[in-house]
Amino acid sequence: MEERLVVSSSPHILGEDTTSKMMLDVIIALLPATIAAMFYFRSSAAFIVALAIITAVLAEAVVQKIRKQPVTIKDLSAVVTGLLLALNLPASAPWWIPVVGSAFAIIIVKQIFGGIGQNFMNPALAARIMMTISWPEQMTRWVAPGVDSVSAATPLSFVKDATAVPGNAPELMDMLFGNIAGSMGETSAILLVLGGLYLVYRGVISIKIPAIYIGTVAVATLLYSGFDFYFMTYHLLGGSLMIGAFYMATDYASGCVTPKGRMIFAFGCGVLTTVIRLFGGYPEGVGFSILIMNSMTPFIDRFTSPKVYGEVQRQDA
Amino acid sequence: MKFLTFKGGTHPPTYKEPTANLSVEKAIDPSVVVIPMQQHIGAPCEPIVKVGDYVKVGQKVGEAKGFVSVPVHASVSGEVKAVQMMLSASGTEVLSVVIESDGRNEIDPSISPKGDIGSLDPKEIIEIIKEGGIVGMGGATFPTHVKLSPPPGKKLDTIILNGAECEPYLTADHRIMLESPDEIVYGLKVIMKAVQAEKAYIGIENNKPDAIEAMKKAVANEKDIEVVSLETKYPQGAEKQLITACTQRVVPSGGLPMDVGVLVNNVATAAQIAKTIKTGMPLIERITTVSGKAIKTPKNLLIKVGTPMKDIIEQCGGYSEKPGKIIMGGPMMGMAQQGVEVPLTKGSSGVLLFTEQQAKFPERSNCIRCAKCVSVCPVYLQPLFISKYSENDAMDHAEKYRALDCIECGSCSYVCPAKIPLLQNIRVAKRSIADKKRKQAK
Repeated sequence: MEERLVVSSSPHILGEDTTSKMMLDVIIALLPATIAAMFYFRSSAAFIVALAIITAVLAEAVVQKIRKQPVTIKDLSAVVTGLLLALNLPASAPWWIPVVGSAFAIIIVKQIFGGIGQNFMNPALAARIMMTISWPEQMTRWVAPGVDSVSAATPLSFVKDATAVPGNAPELMDMLFGNIAGSMGETSAILLVLGGLYLVYRGVISIKIPAIYIGTVAVATLLYSGFDFYFMTYHLLGGSLMIGAFYMATDYASGCVTPKGRMIFAFGCGVLTTVIRLFGGYPEGVGFSILIMNSMTPFIDRFTSPKVYGEVQRQDA
Repeated sequence: MKFLTFKGGTHPPTYKEPTANLSVEKAIDPSVVVIPMQQHIGAPCEPIVKVGDYVKVGQKVGEAKGFVSVPVHASVSGEVKAVQMMLSASGTEVLSVVIESDGRNEIDPSISPKGDIGSLDPKEIIEIIKEGGIVGMGGATFPTHVKLSPPPGKKLDTIILNGAECEPYLTADHRIMLESPDEIVYGLKVIMKAVQAEKAYIGIENNKPDAIEAMKKAVANEKDIEVVSLETKYPQGAEKQLITACTQRVVPSGGLPMDVGVLVNNVATAAQIAKTIKTGMPLIERITTVSGKAIKTPKNLLIKVGTPMKDIIEQCGGYSEKPGKIIMGGPMMGMAQQGVEVPLTKGSSGVLLFTEQQAKFPERSNCIRCAKCVSVCPVYLQPLFISKYSENDAMDHAEKYRALDCIECGSCSYVCPAKIPLLQNIRVAKRSIADKKRKQAK
């Protein structure tokens, strides 16, 4: 019997999960919110989404070609970054905003640090924050849903510096379904949660991070407003809390790897978000919070190393 | 119903269907057997026969050297053709006794019943088990008598029989529980007497309800023996994980089950103990599951120790398609083989034939820090870090991250979506750390 047999180290069977399958799940999870964005903001939304994704994928391919590395656009992570970034932009953004944002996210935040898995910040989020600081005018020109692009304020700007929701603020129902002004993907809270639950069901993310993050914001705003549930719900449904909690705080590369660390990470995001929203200069704090916590992950991981099995006091007789 | 379990672990498909319902068949007698002098963890045996000798079934052909060692016996009668170094399933050459069978299977006159539980004292039992060449038959092949002889001061109060059989494909233990439940219980009672333990558990994964049923029936009148259903999860049959699942005790890092008063044995080992006590026949045959996509007819075979793998493959109808990988043992912890000439031994729980497609390596990508390896590790390590340190030759860091505590179950590599050979890298780290320690000790 003359066979050529593979002699390799165990295990000899491997699971079905692959990086690209997980990325595909994230894309699927974001589809409802993406479609809603196109429904509310029409062709400008579709245009921005397409531009952001195409730029992200192209940027990744070009950088890897230049650096003579294998091109890994098939793992779909660049698509996810482009899509996430697009959903973080206002529908009124000029064409160069998604292009510059995606290029920054992929080239500076992701590839310069070594590509997938090596970036210490969430690329889409870092790009959003960079652009908010650089082009505040273009990045916060919020428009109401519909064809007319009438400029409008986001729900969070109504509660900025307030302890209760003013009477002229958008309705909770509109916030739940997304019929409000804001960046395209943060408007429909319910569709984002639905996609998030799909990711939980598929085992891509654990419910712990979003639950702790959102829970912390809920408790903090409740305490701050003297148990005003309306005010709390307003904070939960407004801004990018849902997209941040389900899709960005759960980012693997820039988050913690230890079970305890992930809980601390989520709690930290919740506290920072609330503090920035209630006491900071910006009405929104999700992006900054996650980035700040991103920078602390190595530290948190180090101090939350799980106790190894059997790491107990030896009871020698 | 609540099933006992441990924290961590994963759920690979079980692939047990092809053989789970197949009764054990006696394998065709091999014409030649190759008996390696080392079929156990510990010191190898020294051959006590020479070329030209006539040996009988059950006759000792290799004498144990040292405490952690057991003798090996002839599994056929016939003439010793060679005593030489031969390739073994471990991938290395081992001194082996080659016997050409005369087909008569004449039994050595020394083989006779050893009495019953009541008439034997613990010392005698342990001696019979040692002389019977009995080792852990789950695959680890640790000499059983050593486990039964704890150092003074260590008291074993609980015995656990491992019927979990959590490795995919394998059904040898499943079948023995269905077909010889009384032998298993008898063997267990012998073990209990040998170490004077009061309590025993037989742990079986809940994907074998018929085995649970059969064992429950067999222990119906034994008040100290309890059959427990375990959650079907890999590596449920790992010693320490099994102890935690059954008793909630935690074996200290670097320690042994005896440190928490527990002794774990495989169900097949218990059945062998019963056989050796009742008939005097040492461990010369065992049940092996032959399965996998590339074998024509999967079977559970009762094989003689020393049977060349190719005989077994032939008996299962040969290949159904070109094999790409042949594994001795289970797919999670077994050893890939270079060829089919190697003999089956006391630890051969399975022979798995994978197709070329199944043998292919998936393409590896970057670690995305998904931490699935962290969540499945049954000893709570962080494989991603240890693997990375190992690849960067930062062994001090790997040691700090407790590489030595790895039980090599392979769960981390199994779940990794980036297909990083995590376990392989951890093994490299373990070896390097152990080498360093040895040098320092000198």
